[in-house]
Amino acid sequence: MISEEEKWSLVIEPREKWWNLRLNEIWSYRELVFIFVRRDIVAVYKQTILGPLWFFLAPIFTVIAYNFVFGSIAGMSTDGIPGPVFYLSGTTLWGYFSTCFTATSNTFTDNAAIFGKVYFPRMIAPIATVVSTLFKFGVQLLMFFFLIAYYMIFTDANIHITNWAWMFPVLVIMMGGLALGVGIILSAMTTKYRDLKNFIGFGVTLLMYVSPVIYPVSAVPDAYKWFIKYNPISPIIEAFRLGFTGVGTVSPIDLAYSGAFIVVILAIGMALFHRVERTFMDTV
Amino acid sequence: MSETIISVENLSKQYRLGMVGSGTLREDLIGLWYKARGKEDPYLQLGETNDRSTKGSSDYVWAIKDVNFEVKQGEVLGIIGKNGAGKSTLLKLLSRVTAPTTGTIKAKGRIASLLEVGTGFHPELTGKENVYLNGAIMGMKKSEITRKMDEIIDFAGVERYIDTPVKRYSSGMYVRLAFAVAAHLEPEILIVDEVLAVGDAEFQKKAIGKMEDVSAGQGRTVLFVSHNMKAVSSMCTRTILMSKGTVAFNGNTDEAIDRYLGEESSGNDVHFNDVNPSENTSSILFNYAKITPPKNGVFKTTDKVPIEVSLSFTEPLAAFHVNMHVWTASEIHLFEVSTEAVPILKGDKKTFSFFIPEWTLNTNQYICKFNFVINRSKVVFSTSRILKFSIIEDVEENNLLWYGKKHGILNLKIGTTVS
Repeated sequence: MISEEEKWSLVIEPREKWWNLRLNEIWSYRELVFIFVRRDIVAVYKQTILGPLWFFLAPIFTVIAYNFVFGSIAGMSTDGIPGPVFYLSGTTLWGYFSTCFTATSNTFTDNAAIFGKVYFPRMIAPIATVVSTLFKFGVQLLMFFFLIAYYMIFTDANIHITNWAWMFPVLVIMMGGLALGVGIILSAMTTKYRDLKNFIGFGVTLLMYVSPVIYPVSAVPDAYKWFIKYNPISPIIEAFRLGFTGVGTVSPIDLAYSGAFIVVILAIGMALFHRVERTFMDTV
Repeated sequence: MSETIISVENLSKQYRLGMVGSGTLREDLIGLWYKARGKEDPYLQLGETNDRSTKGSSDYVWAIKDVNFEVKQGEVLGIIGKNGAGKSTLLKLLSRVTAPTTGTIKAKGRIASLLEVGTGFHPELTGKENVYLNGAIMGMKKSEITRKMDEIIDFAGVERYIDTPVKRYSSGMYVRLAFAVAAHLEPEILIVDEVLAVGDAEFQKKAIGKMEDVSAGQGRTVLFVSHNMKAVSSMCTRTILMSKGTVAFNGNTDEAIDRYLGEESSGNDVHFNDVNPSENTSSILFNYAKITPPKNGVFKTTDKVPIEVSLSFTEPLAAFHVNMHVWTASEIHLFEVSTEAVPILKGDKKTFSFFIPEWTLNTNQYICKFNFVINRSKVVFSTSRILKFSIIEDVEENNLLWYGKKHGILNLKIGTTVS
């Protein structure tokens, strides 16, 4: 005998249990993720002349600037590998994180128009952002690989690819997951506290300085190493470097710590996001 | 008959007026700091808590309150009401754009809502790409959309533009495409807000036909919000009249429309004592406009309807007449009629009378407005739709012939013979 409650396929109530994240619903909308991704990529480049060329210009100029400021002027260590390779390895992965993070933290404000008119699981929007940013990341990664190939073939620079390179897909997923987790926490909070938005911009910059993007972990004085170590981004960037350039300070335990951290952040993020998504239209 | 597909119980939605209370982290942190020291949060007095017990205070407003209704499978439910009656809030709750404050909504099956033209359309994408996007937003599978694509394009009638970015579309094309996607999505429940107004007459007809088809032919349920009484009356099997956030009436569509229009228009006897209709006609004073009902208070189809407009004049006019327009409750413009033009002397007080003969109008509600015309050509003032009257069935007359309501706008004494 089916009970009265079970006959309804949809029950809308004022409050839901916080653990009811409707993950199965997100899964059933998975095709929407890819359509959003397509929309993002197509829409952004449809009417630009240079198109994806912009993806190259930003990191090229960043690397030139870093190489000059941190390499030539400040004389900071690059773990014995050529400056451009070192800085590009850092900024490529970091760029993916910061782009995802900034975009997902604006989920509610960017999508207010569509969220206000039609229902679909709101999590689809930030997930699609993280996936579509992969495109930009992929283009920049290609540039990085060309740079490595150049240095390996035409110079005698000390670059070699290690077994850590196999971890690459995992590292990207971790970076995306972390950006998504932190991003949705902030997006949930900014719907209530608008002033947090001011923080996001320089917060990302600050975070970059406490992550081994422009310096290697090996160059950090022992007294401060713990600080870098507890930053879950450090092992990911270091593992990436170790994989593709052969230098980096990371252990499997460090990486496992990052993984655990990301899972916790994602869980908190989704719970917070879910709480906010149901009524945010009333406050935005 | 058929099973209940939507059940709404004690549904209420509360909004906070203005931005009273804490909206920044700083204020919340200060509040926390005060609390930690055992003092009272200085910002709490401003009404930060969403306590329902404060509903009486002016900071909160109930957009809808204690709404209960059920919708059966295959019904076309009309939702009508004035602006601000809570129709849109109700639809927002039903389509899960926002969550209710209290109460529950239970539904069976997929709900697709068309709350605004081209919801989720991206201007840079082509029509076809947007069909996929819009379909997916409404929970459709890609294969499903591909299967329906030709039908959707055909229904929308935008074949030539289907590979053009929708930013180049006209607003009519936009809504055609958007409606086509929603209608072909085959949701169990389709929610349509006042969106069809954008399309042309041909498309509106097509859309209404499609909605009827969807409900009657395929057994799906449609919730239709509109201010177009003609569309509501021709389509809806049942209608809810919303008023001030509550359900004022739930039942027969015609009756709901009558009540709605009754809410809107004024009574049967309107006096405008010494009110100048407008500045440029300060010479005409509006005394009253009235309809004198028969002794028992209601007009029957077999009664004559007398309508009177009384005016006073402070200036002489060469020729003056009153022109009357009559509409049905569902906005069909029935006829206009003018009195003869008469010369006016200073200080005249005249009554202009109209008689709608017996055996003319069928049972319905009718609305009248008046134009004041000088020199047979210049309209110096138009009233709003100030008079309203109802005609009910003359049961004695009808009983002999027909058991049930007579259809049509007119109730004429048409000669018939059988040979």
